Amino acid sequence: MGETLHFHYDVDGGNFTSAGDASVHVKRKLRQLGFPPETIKRVSIAMYEGEINMVIHAGGGTADVFVSPESVKIVLADKGPGIEDISLAMKEGYSTAPENVRSLGFGAGMGLPNMKRYTDSMDIESELGVGTTITMTVNL
Amino acid sequence: MKISEIRDILGAKVLCCEESLDKEVLSACGSDMMSDVLAFVKNQSALLTGLVNPQVIKTAVMMDMYCIVFVRDKLPSPEMIALAEDAGIVLLATETRMFEACGLLYKNGLAGEKD
Ligand SMILES: Nc1ncnc2c1ncn2[C@@H]1O[C@H](COP(=O)(O)OP(=O)(O)O)[C@@H](O)[C@H]1O
Ligand SMILES: [Mg+2]
Repeated sequence: MGETLHFHYDVDGGNFTSAGDASVHVKRKLRQLGFPPETIKRVSIAMYEGEINMVIHAGGGTADVFVSPESVKIVLADKGPGIEDISLAMKEGYSTAPENVRSLGFGAGMGLPNMKRYTDSMDIESELGVGTTITMTVNL
Repeated sequence: MKISEIRDILGAKVLCCEESLDKEVLSACGSDMMSDVLAFVKNQSALLTGLVNPQVIKTAVMMDMYCIVFVRDKLPSPEMIALAEDAGIVLLATETRMFEACGLLYKNGLAGEKD
């Protein structure tokens, strides 16, 4: 595999049932491409947390995954409310998720810290009322 | 512990992937919070939960888990079963409640953490 592969997904914000489907698909592709299981696990946990966030906090968005021989890059972009205080949002346990999200099994405030932990680099660009773009890279 | 032993100890029904009942599970975890599973679980390959929605299956997929036990009579939807089948994850369902189910497995030698 010499060139970069690109996968694009529209993440439906109104549908909690389909949330995570893009991450499931990426995981399957990386398996087919023969990447090491530990690398695949890191990519898929980070992407899944980000995908869930777009659904529960931002009304959906897009996911783009670029797979090259050196790295897997994940770009999650939404036109949601934006994140007011990024360093606060990065704190373990910080969550603005409402009770109904908690009853679905999410909203512990561990998503963003988890994404950072499992990736080699993570960049958050966010503007209130405009949206959020999160770029994560896992080196191979 | 083999998945088939988990089934026997909990008197559980097998909902899919019967062909994988011989797989060994070294450690397990119990939670209704998928956020916590994603953040705190290490190499546990079985999940006990009372939560029923497709994110339970997808969380297990992301974590490379291959056995999910639904406790206190919770039953997954056909869509969830199809998703698990696709991923090769054995689904079990038992009447036993969470605390007792975890206790029974632990008492019979299944660890909470092992690396
Ligand atoms: N894509 C996003 N758009 C807007 N806000 C977000 C987004 N992702 C995360 N956040 C904010 O950051 C907080 C922390 O996120 P996270 O650590 O994933 O915890 P949780 O999702 O459990 O609330 C969220 O509660 C939310 O306020
Ligand atoms: Mg989150």
